[in-house]
Amino acid sequence: MSSRGIADRVAIVGMGCTPFGELWGKSADDLLIDAVQECLEATPAVDRQDIDAYWLGTLGTGQSGLTLSKPLALDYKPVTRVENYCASGSESFRNACYAVASGAYDTVMAVGVEKLKDSGFSGLLRGDPPSDGTASELSMTAPAAFSMIDPAYCARYGVDPGKMRDAMTHVAWKNHANGALNPKAQFRSVVPKEKIESAPLVAGRLRVFDCSGVSDGAACAIIVRAEDARRYTDTPVYVKGLSLVAGPAMGSVDPAYDYTTFPEVVRSVRDACAQAGITDPRRQISLAEVHDCFTPTELVLMEDMGFSERGEAWRDILNGDFELGGRLPVNPDGGLKSFGHPVGASGLRMLYEAWLQLRGQAGKRQLASPRTALTHNLGGRPGSCVSFVSIVGTEEGSRT
Amino acid sequence: MSAGLLAYASYLPRHRLSREELGAALGTAAGRGNRVAASFDEDSTTMAVEAARSVLATVAGPLPSPDVYFATTSPAYLDKTNAAAIHVALGLDGTGFAADLAGSARSGLAAWRAAAASGGLAVLADVRTGLPGSADERGGGDGAAAFLFGEGDPIARVVGAASRTAEVLDRWRPPGRDHADAWEERFGADSYLPLIRQVAAEVLAAAGLDAADHVVLTSPNTAVSKRAASLVKGTLSTGGTPIGHSGAADAGLALAAVLDTAGADQTILLLSAADGCDALLLRTTGELARRRQPAPLAGQLAGGTRVPYATYLSWRGLLAREAPRRPEPDRPAAPPSARGEQWKFAFTGTRCTKCGFTHLPPARVCRRCAAVDQMAPARLADSPGTIATYTVDRLAFSPSPPLLDAVVDFDGGGRYALEIADADADELAVGTRVGLVFRRLYTSGGVHNYFWKARPVQPGQHPRGGSNEQ
Repeated sequence: MSSRGIADRVAIVGMGCTPFGELWGKSADDLLIDAVQECLEATPAVDRQDIDAYWLGTLGTGQSGLTLSKPLALDYKPVTRVENYCASGSESFRNACYAVASGAYDTVMAVGVEKLKDSGFSGLLRGDPPSDGTASELSMTAPAAFSMIDPAYCARYGVDPGKMRDAMTHVAWKNHANGALNPKAQFRSVVPKEKIESAPLVAGRLRVFDCSGVSDGAACAIIVRAEDARRYTDTPVYVKGLSLVAGPAMGSVDPAYDYTTFPEVVRSVRDACAQAGITDPRRQISLAEVHDCFTPTELVLMEDMGFSERGEAWRDILNGDFELGGRLPVNPDGGLKSFGHPVGASGLRMLYEAWLQLRGQAGKRQLASPRTALTHNLGGRPGSCVSFVSIVGTEEGSRT
Repeated sequence: MSAGLLAYASYLPRHRLSREELGAALGTAAGRGNRVAASFDEDSTTMAVEAARSVLATVAGPLPSPDVYFATTSPAYLDKTNAAAIHVALGLDGTGFAADLAGSARSGLAAWRAAAASGGLAVLADVRTGLPGSADERGGGDGAAAFLFGEGDPIARVVGAASRTAEVLDRWRPPGRDHADAWEERFGADSYLPLIRQVAAEVLAAAGLDAADHVVLTSPNTAVSKRAASLVKGTLSTGGTPIGHSGAADAGLALAAVLDTAGADQTILLLSAADGCDALLLRTTGELARRRQPAPLAGQLAGGTRVPYATYLSWRGLLAREAPRRPEPDRPAAPPSARGEQWKFAFTGTRCTKCGFTHLPPARVCRRCAAVDQMAPARLADSPGTIATYTVDRLAFSPSPPLLDAVVDFDGGGRYALEIADADADELAVGTRVGLVFRRLYTSGGVHNYFWKARPVQPGQHPRGGSNEQ
């Protein structure tokens, strides 16, 4: 693989993120304006006219660059609208970074937005092209698809279903506890484990609290060349690695796939770490924001990231390894679980937490001097997905 | 009539409605026992496919594509030939004729006569719906039977036939309604009884017989069907409908039940009184004992699981239930359905001729070895499989929530995520064995989304239901 990456060539110098939630009073336009205004106000060295180009990630909240250029009344700037399922926000960031690294632009903005709560339906909606009606994705919902990890994982590793349930509950409990410390999170209270385990069933053994929050929100980032970063802030965050993998959906057709891993994640982690020079993720990563769309997803991701041995994540989770005070804090902002999951915004929301933590601005959930953060964003379902991983850090590299 | 009967099979849906529960719910006397009920995802087309699959499975070796004559009083479509979907679902090659004979109980006999006259497959299937509290609701039944006629060693030959036609307002239903009206049953019975005696006497006399070994009599008229055991007697057995009036399938199911037990070189007199009366006289051969359907009708009838009355009513559209807060699915689109005809209707994928990897749905580029356009078709509709993982989706739209889904790995290669049919969640586990059944996933915009589902198979059970004893 000749994925050379752009380590230390670009940096984030400003970010914004709206509160996530069921924002009945906010339109998609409002969310975009709010996130961009917050970002610009927090980055006084960047004038809006300085931003040369925009990338907008959204799953279904508008098409084309006009979705951004109209509400922001942009002055005839290039706006690229990208979509890559739930990784759409990360995809806008990745492409924006490449645009700066290529030298095409000096200053760009990556934006992500989703307005989910205008539909009146539960969960995510898909805009599928006309079909023959035979694809299971057409009927099976996302929680159902991810719930299939649970029996498969228990069968593969001989894990007692009760212990598996405990681990799933612990993931939900931890992410809600983290979200309780986050003023922008959709859910901001600690949820007792008994409540998690007695909530209504959604799919398989997944209950309401095993599922990420369905919400509205937007987030954005300003990206410049690394050597220019200190003109705008004393504490830029440098981009060390960016990887995106779209799998051949092998797991959906190959009996060898056992629903206890995401091969796409394994590959994107390996790629991003190689670009960033990370050889021992457990020691070199200070915090990880991962795609905890459902509690079994976070469990399997711990193994795919290399944070846990195969078949051991459930034990590490119950041991508290990934809590704020654990050996490797995961989803310190509450994750998709309690921060909420406005699809196109989520990838940038993960980077927003990395931004806050690495700059010491994470308030009550601030970790002790973190230096390197990993964000992971997944789109699709087990066996058929895209996976994005970024690694960002505080240290200015030498490869510029 | 020239062609011999080569094979037969019946199909009964798995669900049973308790008449005692029905009576208790409505505060009426509904009798005892169970009514055989098609599931929410079954219709006359899907049940016809299942019965016909069983028939074709009993015939050794490749067959020339038989003509298909499909009879029903509950067609899934009008203006569009339902037998076409049946034809494709059976994996037939499209070179044959396929037509519907739809509308009345007598359509079943029409399909039978057409196939017997020129060879081909007669498939008789019906879903009989009655209003809550009606005789049709408690006394009817849903099911299918299929008969293959052609050259070769027959299991039985048609040795005589006779018919009478009469215009009798005994049972009728205007188009667009799914439940029938009937006149006072004694009026119809008095109209039919002389005709039954006439055709029976005529066909026996022509064959030089005083009586047949086996006699079965079916009729939509309940006063006639109640007297099936006494009107025309057989020397060895006399009977009627096995599951209650089942429309165009009734006579076929009754005949299948006799063929399950009849001996060699015996005569079977089939009488069907509907808008006249038809008699068919068959003589069995020594082949019958070797080529009976694998799962006898009595065994199919003895199995089954209870469906709550309220659930049954919602399946028939007689009790509207609140749907999950999810959008209804889009209707299947015609061009992709046509391009994927062999996939959607016949469950035919592709297998890479370079590396042997099986692709469901069909693929042009091998996902294992990346060979391009090196594929051969692979029909897996009759391949058993094993559940790799599964779930119960309580959020998804379904005509009968919750939706059960499983990832199925087929014996000999191939994986696909399928909906589960005819099972509760507690019947599913990693490792559960399944077979495929042809079902209607949902109907949207007036278009039925036909596709295949996986159904758990118990050890010793025939993949399409009933016990496997010979």
